[in-house]
Amino acid sequence: MTTTQDRQSAGVEITPLTAPAQRTANTAFRGLSITAASLILVTLAAVATFLLVEAWPAITDASGELADKVSWIRPDEGQSLIEIAGYLIFGTVLISAIALLIATPLSIGIALFISHYAPRKLASGLGYLIDLLAAIPSVVYGLWGAIVLIPVLQPFYQWLADYLGWIPLFAPADDGTVSNTGRVALSAGIVLAIMVIPIITAVTREVFLQTPKLHEEAALAMGATRWEMVRMAVFPFGRSGIIGATMLGLGRALGETMAVYMILSVGLTYSFQILNAANHNTIASYIAGQFPEANSQGVSALIALGLALFVITLLVNMLARWIVSRRSEFSGAN
Amino acid sequence: MSKRIDVNNLNVYYGGFLAVEDVSLSIEAKSVTAFIGPSGCGKSTFLRTLNRMHEVIPGARVEGEVLMDGVNLYDPQVDPVAVRRHVGMVFQRPNPFPTMSIEENVLAGVKLNSKRMSKSDSQDLVESSLRGANLWEEVKDRLDKPGSSLSGGQQQRLCIARAIAIKPDVLLMDEPCSALDPISTLAIEDLIQELKSEYTIVIVTHNMQQAARVSEKTAFFNIAGTGKPGKLIEMDDTTTIFSAPAEKATEDYISGRFG
Ligand SMILES: Nc1ncnc2c1ncn2[C@@H]1O[C@H](COP(=O)(O)OP(=O)(O)O)[C@@H](O)[C@H]1O
Ligand SMILES: [Mg+2]
Repeated sequence: MTTTQDRQSAGVEITPLTAPAQRTANTAFRGLSITAASLILVTLAAVATFLLVEAWPAITDASGELADKVSWIRPDEGQSLIEIAGYLIFGTVLISAIALLIATPLSIGIALFISHYAPRKLASGLGYLIDLLAAIPSVVYGLWGAIVLIPVLQPFYQWLADYLGWIPLFAPADDGTVSNTGRVALSAGIVLAIMVIPIITAVTREVFLQTPKLHEEAALAMGATRWEMVRMAVFPFGRSGIIGATMLGLGRALGETMAVYMILSVGLTYSFQILNAANHNTIASYIAGQFPEANSQGVSALIALGLALFVITLLVNMLARWIVSRRSEFSGAN
Repeated sequence: MSKRIDVNNLNVYYGGFLAVEDVSLSIEAKSVTAFIGPSGCGKSTFLRTLNRMHEVIPGARVEGEVLMDGVNLYDPQVDPVAVRRHVGMVFQRPNPFPTMSIEENVLAGVKLNSKRMSKSDSQDLVESSLRGANLWEEVKDRLDKPGSSLSGGQQQRLCIARAIAIKPDVLLMDEPCSALDPISTLAIEDLIQELKSEYTIVIVTHNMQQAARVSEKTAFFNIAGTGKPGKLIEMDDTTTIFSAPAEKATEDYISGRFG
């Protein structure tokens, strides 16, 4: 039995049981994280309040004053603020959906290749390259899309319309042709897809890499091929990560302004024909287009549109959380 | 069902590192063979060569041959995936798929063979496999619950049920009880006794009483020092190994003088 004196004389420092030591670092960190967390909430609330307050005059305009003061609001032509918002929400969601439909499978494929198929050297090189893609500014994507990509894609669009025109999405205009500039919703969707692929890939790759070895080996040991192992162990484990990554990509696609603004030949319709020009526009690109020449009522109306975008993004995120939580019992977190 | 295994002059590498050197031994069909030895001597490594799981580690490879009823598992024409369907494996830590229910876990391997199964056939298989693993009575009312909701011992028996559901010839177990409490350990040991009537079983254990209790043959592996390859020192009837081993190193190990 060693006594306290023994240990003290042996040079062992004794922490008394009472009188807690000054845990400065602990307290400081606690304060810091609480501040950071509340800062996020405060910012979110501030943005929401700003949008609501600024948009209020436009939203509650009953006298028709808005239509007189803002040139692009023309209720008599079926373009009241609400109607414009409807077209824009449709266009935004449509183009973002195209982008995600293209980007998600590709990103998962790339991420899987990097995490589970490529030799180690190739994998790290590829991963680095993908990360670099994420660093390219959106205006550069816009320029590249408009100048390089679209001319390449346009003949392909005509081909799509000729052979798959019976699918409503690929239906040509009444004269059987598609836009000869190629500045159509599909182009915007494709460029957005290229922009969000790095984000989705980077996140899913990390998730795939974290698949427990234990579960991968469980699958392999019962005679799974590599692909079966991926389906048994990697995908289920990465499911919520994939959804999260996709939502992150969707967030970027919904809000992306510059690339769409530079690529899309705009219009306001509820058309599903993504090969025809002058049919769609997105909220962000519309705001960017109208803002420079807007008067104060116009700004208020544009902010109302921004509020709509904010709400959509919020809904998308809540949906994602709900999907992730639905089967959390089976998530593997326990 | 249940095959014998003959290993001839097997060298096992991780990249350039020779982890196990020149092992030759025979494992009888329908018997329990135990591998014992100090940690790091290559028991797990060697065990994983018997179902070609060793090579899933990048850079890992073997030299020599492993014959299962005379067929060399390392023959270029042999498909490792097919080997693993004949040689099942139970790991040190229970690893049921957390995203699958108990029932789905049992059927996971069977589904891979992609034979269509009627609902009643698969229900029968779930029941017989879980009964085979002495787990049926405990889980029959909650087959749709996640496998990870079970206790550690139950999870390990679920893994055994999953392994025997594909009707392998050989069952490899790498320290299957080391993460379990004594009661669960006894349950698994009883189960091993029952399973050996149908399967060839190879079990790695660091627990010498366990080796003595469950196995007919025992192989003692040892290592000369860190960085040196592990070697098979001797293999004999379990009673002989524990009462009158031929080698001094074996005697030292089982009498607790090292390891
Ligand atoms: N994945 C691996 N990569 C490289 N070396 C490994 C790996 N796994 C095990 N080893 C090495 O192989 C030797 C045998 O290990 P192992 O088979 O786990 O021993 P045991 O199961 O008997 O404790 C050890 O030296 C260990 O460091
Ligand atoms: Mg081991």
